[in-house]
Amino acid sequence: MAEPGGGGGSGGGAAARAGWAVRSWWLITGMWIRSTMAYRASFALSLAANTLITFLDFAVLLLMFAHTRQLAGWTLAETGFLYATSSVALGAANVLVGSVGGLGERVRSGSLDTMLIRPAPALAQLAAERFSLRRLGRLLQAFAVLGWSLTALDVHWTWDRVLMVPALLLCGTVIFCALFVGCSCVQFWWGEAAELQNAVTYGGATVLQYPPTVFAKELVAGTVFGVPLAFVNWLPALHVLGRTDPLGLPAAFRFASPLAAALCVLAAGLAWRAGLRAYRSTGS
Amino acid sequence: MAVIEVEDVRRNFTVRTREGRWRRGRREVRAVDGLSFTVGEGECVGYIGPNGAGKSTTVKMLTGILVPSGGRLRVAGVDPAARRAELARRIGVVFGQRTTLWWDLPLRDSYELARRIYRIPDARYRANLDRCVELLDLGPLLDTPVRQLSLGQRMRGDLAAALLHDPSVLYLDEPTIGLDTVSKAKVRAFLRETNRERRTTVLLTTHDLTDIEQLCGRVMVIDHGRLVLDGPLERLHEIGGSERTLVVDLAEAHPPIDLPGVRVARTEGPRQWLAFPARQSAAPIVAAVAARYPLVDLSVREPAIEDVIARIYAGNAVPSAPAP
Repeated sequence: MAEPGGGGGSGGGAAARAGWAVRSWWLITGMWIRSTMAYRASFALSLAANTLITFLDFAVLLLMFAHTRQLAGWTLAETGFLYATSSVALGAANVLVGSVGGLGERVRSGSLDTMLIRPAPALAQLAAERFSLRRLGRLLQAFAVLGWSLTALDVHWTWDRVLMVPALLLCGTVIFCALFVGCSCVQFWWGEAAELQNAVTYGGATVLQYPPTVFAKELVAGTVFGVPLAFVNWLPALHVLGRTDPLGLPAAFRFASPLAAALCVLAAGLAWRAGLRAYRSTGS
Repeated sequence: MAVIEVEDVRRNFTVRTREGRWRRGRREVRAVDGLSFTVGEGECVGYIGPNGAGKSTTVKMLTGILVPSGGRLRVAGVDPAARRAELARRIGVVFGQRTTLWWDLPLRDSYELARRIYRIPDARYRANLDRCVELLDLGPLLDTPVRQLSLGQRMRGDLAAALLHDPSVLYLDEPTIGLDTVSKAKVRAFLRETNRERRTTVLLTTHDLTDIEQLCGRVMVIDHGRLVLDGPLERLHEIGGSERTLVVDLAEAHPPIDLPGVRVARTEGPRQWLAFPARQSAAPIVAAVAARYPLVDLSVREPAIEDVIARIYAGNAVPSAPAP
């Protein structure tokens, strides 16, 4: 049997290595799930609190629409669609790799070293660290809102629009995963920079929950050409909802999310490699 | 056959310093400075030196975590930094002050995870686990959550976890720190057995000279990033002229005790500190003191590695010692 985990790049093949990374992630995640189950009462309480908080989050939106029929030209169902897609993508990314934010702490305490001496990929170990089922709460709420908005939307559901929804969720999740990892890598150099990652991911997701027309054009342009958040839901949603682009970009941008996601993954991968190399050469 | 080969290995760190309000300076620090040694298969080597001497930097380079600035390194025939993930399957690491066990889960679960992460074949896993359970008395602990284990039990658990995949090299960092005498003895007996029976090469860093005395045929002393001594333990005592100290409490204050081969280092009321050569047994001295003086209490203090090394420098007895 081949040893995909070994070799550090030589042999094994990229697919086998990715498979091994996913398997390592699962193994360690399973350990954390069982660890939290050692404290069932605490788990139940935090799950309840988490779910309550995320529902209050959506209640803010409902409250807003109790006073107005439209928000910057978007209906409640349309805004709910943005809210839900942004939350699903962020929630799924948080479940998968949210723990990489703790990188700075691990660099400081030296516990990253214990991950580097195990034969499982360090990124997979880091991503699975302190995994908690609690994080599923946000995801469940997001899917509930998504289900409701899909039935409430006044959209002519053609096949391309129907297929666009799962594609959007998948690409959005990948983009957020890459942002989690990429922004956390800054902590290889500046251990205290966890807030950057939080601002881009959680902050970004909050921005995406509202129609782009709410914001200044410069900010929207920044999410297209800078940090590519617009590709998570704003741009593909324009196609699903049949709306015009506030920036007047070519229609191709609405279908460019897979490309944006691939570029994000590439950038995050390079950042991770550079960070790990810097860590291993400074040992700080 | 050499399992660890280190050839003129160097490791520099850039330290940023403040110079005045705005100016920042950079200074190169040589943590490891031209280190060369080889360790053969089945050897057990004590690697000692004061804090900051370059011990952990060396171990980090040998595990592949840290890339050396220069020189050549091979562990089990592999360049550690270039093939870290591959090497990980062939080495075991135990940090005395940091457990790799899963805090809230039964001890057994940590071993199951190791079985999968290290892809240990079932039969070998079972054989290795049985052996560790027997030699380390882990049987009653396997289903106990790690957080409920005592420090000594946890250390035994950590040792087993590091050996399930049959590593050819075992790095131990302070494996007996904070343990009581019984636990220390168990850990040492297990390590001796593993080293002998499995031919596992062991590199042990410690501040406890007794660990080295009981386990290691060879000692390497590092200071300021260089080896200042590499040889059998006897050489260390010879060169360092190290002394153990017998602290005796007498019923009342006495003039300094006069015994052959014993030097009174200090007196303080009824308490006296008697220094004697480290290789000499304490028993006859204790007997002699007890026979002639009203002995109330006593304890034996081992020579501190820092003192031994300080004496190596003071005596300037080692030709390779650099000027610090």
